[in-house]
Amino acid sequence: MVPAGWYLALAAALFGVGAIGVLVRRSVIVMLMCVELMLNSVNITLVTFARMHGSLDGQVLAFFVIVVAAAEVTVGLALIVNLFRLKASTDADRVDELRA
Amino acid sequence: MALESVTQAADGTLLWWSWAIPVLPAVSAAVLLLLGARMRRAVAAGLALGSVGLSAVLSTAAFVAVQAGGGEAVVRTVARWMPVGDLQVDWTILLDPLSTVMLLLVTWVGLLIHVYSVGYMADDPRFSRFFAYLNLFVASMLVLVMAEGLLTLFVGWELVGLCSYLLIGFWYERPTFASAAKKAFVVNRVGDAGFMIAMFVLLATAGTLSFTELVPGGADALGTGTATAVGLLLLVAAAGKSAQIPLHVWLPDAMAGPTPVSALIHAATMVTAGVYLFARMSPVVLPEVGTAVAWVGAITALVAALVACTQRDLKKILAWSTVSQLGYMFIAVGVGSSVAAVFHLLTHGFFKALLFLVAGSVMHAMDDETDVWRMGGLRRAMPWTFATAVVGWAAISGVPLLSGFFSKEEILAAAADTPGAGAILVIGLVVAGLTAFYMTRWLVLIFLGRPRHADLAPAPHPHESPAPMVAPLVVLAAASALGGLINLPGSQWLAGWLEPSVAPFEPAEPMIGHTLLEVVAVAIAAAGVAAAAALYLRRVDHERLRERLGLLHELPRESFYFDALYERAVAAPGHALARGSATFDRVVIDGAVLGLARGTAGLASLGRRLQTGWLRSYALAIAAGALLLVVVVIARVV
Repeated sequence: MVPAGWYLALAAALFGVGAIGVLVRRSVIVMLMCVELMLNSVNITLVTFARMHGSLDGQVLAFFVIVVAAAEVTVGLALIVNLFRLKASTDADRVDELRA
Repeated sequence: MALESVTQAADGTLLWWSWAIPVLPAVSAAVLLLLGARMRRAVAAGLALGSVGLSAVLSTAAFVAVQAGGGEAVVRTVARWMPVGDLQVDWTILLDPLSTVMLLLVTWVGLLIHVYSVGYMADDPRFSRFFAYLNLFVASMLVLVMAEGLLTLFVGWELVGLCSYLLIGFWYERPTFASAAKKAFVVNRVGDAGFMIAMFVLLATAGTLSFTELVPGGADALGTGTATAVGLLLLVAAAGKSAQIPLHVWLPDAMAGPTPVSALIHAATMVTAGVYLFARMSPVVLPEVGTAVAWVGAITALVAALVACTQRDLKKILAWSTVSQLGYMFIAVGVGSSVAAVFHLLTHGFFKALLFLVAGSVMHAMDDETDVWRMGGLRRAMPWTFATAVVGWAAISGVPLLSGFFSKEEILAAAADTPGAGAILVIGLVVAGLTAFYMTRWLVLIFLGRPRHADLAPAPHPHESPAPMVAPLVVLAAASALGGLINLPGSQWLAGWLEPSVAPFEPAEPMIGHTLLEVVAVAIAAAGVAAAAALYLRRVDHERLRERLGLLHELPRESFYFDALYERAVAAPGHALARGSATFDRVVIDGAVLGLARGTAGLASLGRRLQTGWLRSYALAIAAGALLLVVVVIARVV
């Protein structure tokens, strides 16, 4: 059996990739995908700890996250479609109307 | 003592209706103010004249009714006004010999001047407004003289001050006229402060402001300290309203107003309010306070008479003469002879109103020229004006058998009968001579001699004034000539009439026999007339004369530099204070407020930089925050 630490290490690596992706990429689509990565890394952690403790709570929570993530993707994609209509671009840096 | 028996006016009697005397002109003033601009001039004038005329008739009826009651004072509470704790202030009317005789003067002279104004103001674009103010003035003056207490009197006192302000500044388009109005208003405030403090003192000590409660007790009931304080404070008040030194500076400037205003307000009625106040309060005035009043009057009479000798403006000469004659009245109330003061008040009301209306008639004929050196020889063009002017001149100069002669003699005799008033008597005699001098100068320069205006370009074409202006002149001339009849030395009708109202005059051993005094006064007046005739009827080099007189001419010409003194001593520090306050406001107050605002704005512009509008910078902030939280949690666990 693979030790829990490996799963946690995988989750941490995915989370790090996702976080850095959100911070450094400029395409909003990629940023959204990176957010998905971060969400799924959290899912892995949840499931790992659920297995460790022999409890289902974490796995249930993972399902909730998947559902919420699906909803979030629909909202996010709708936003991106509208942004593209407005700016003819998906570059996040070109959206700075709220700059003071 | 005065005002001892007082009755209430019975319902429905004539005196019960006396409240209508001031209300009628007040209503007319309100109607004219609201609707006057749309009225035809004849309607507006008819309303104004009708209301004052009705007041005059009612006043006469009130006079007759009081006379029928044997001169007993009648009070009539018209309206509840202010119930404040123990103090109940009502609008109460007091009708007694003193107030009814003032009513007659105010309403009848007021009516004549209304008639005159119809002619004088005929071409003025604000015709109805002028009559509204004039009506309001008459109403206010009637409130003043009919007041039963100091507070009601003060209401009238302030209202006449307001009307004076409105009418001096009637032609407010001219900045000097507007500032003359403001000057009159501000200087009068100084006197009003004295009036108010006097009322506070009376309320605190006697607890009442009612004449019928204060006057019968006299000064004894108040105690020496209170009576002295009240008397001196009322002197301040009276000096403001009646233009006595040092508060006289506003009256000469007040000549900016239309001439009927000068005649009514600044000669015959309002400026005599101070004298009326002292006559009314005479039992409360201590002899020591009286001495102060008499000296203020004497100094004012002398200074103003000197100034009047050197002025060039025909109305200013009369204004200074008014100040001087008011000084005479103050001498009379000061030495304790209220009868002499009221007598001179009445005769002066006639002849000074007459002289002012003559001046208006002359200005009307001369295209508003006011410099007497640019007139002369007008007697041919304006025979009626000239004839009435001669009567006025004779009355004020003290020509025997005319009104001014008797009233002036009465004052001089009262001074002669007062111990310690020798110097005042001498001043009075000197002023009598100066009065004759400057009035002769006035008459000669305007009406006699060569018509100097013929050299002017464009030369005016003097003409007699229209009938509405001439008729009041004739009536007032008759009153000026015959006014002395009311208190002839033999009959003393006025003295007997006023007896229930004012403190009696107790003559001491006369310093000089009254007959001798009359002869001396007439001789001095004759000398004044002769001197003026010699100087102004013949060709005299006046430039050289002025140079030789030097300071003796310069001081009076510059009104003894009172205005310059007040400018330096009061106005300049006031300006400095105002500028200082403005700087303080701008630097300190505004600085604090604006500084706070700028500080807030600065902080905000710093905080604003956080809002970059970049999505990724927000993400970075969130990530950094999350990382920080993780570090904190781990640090606490470990």
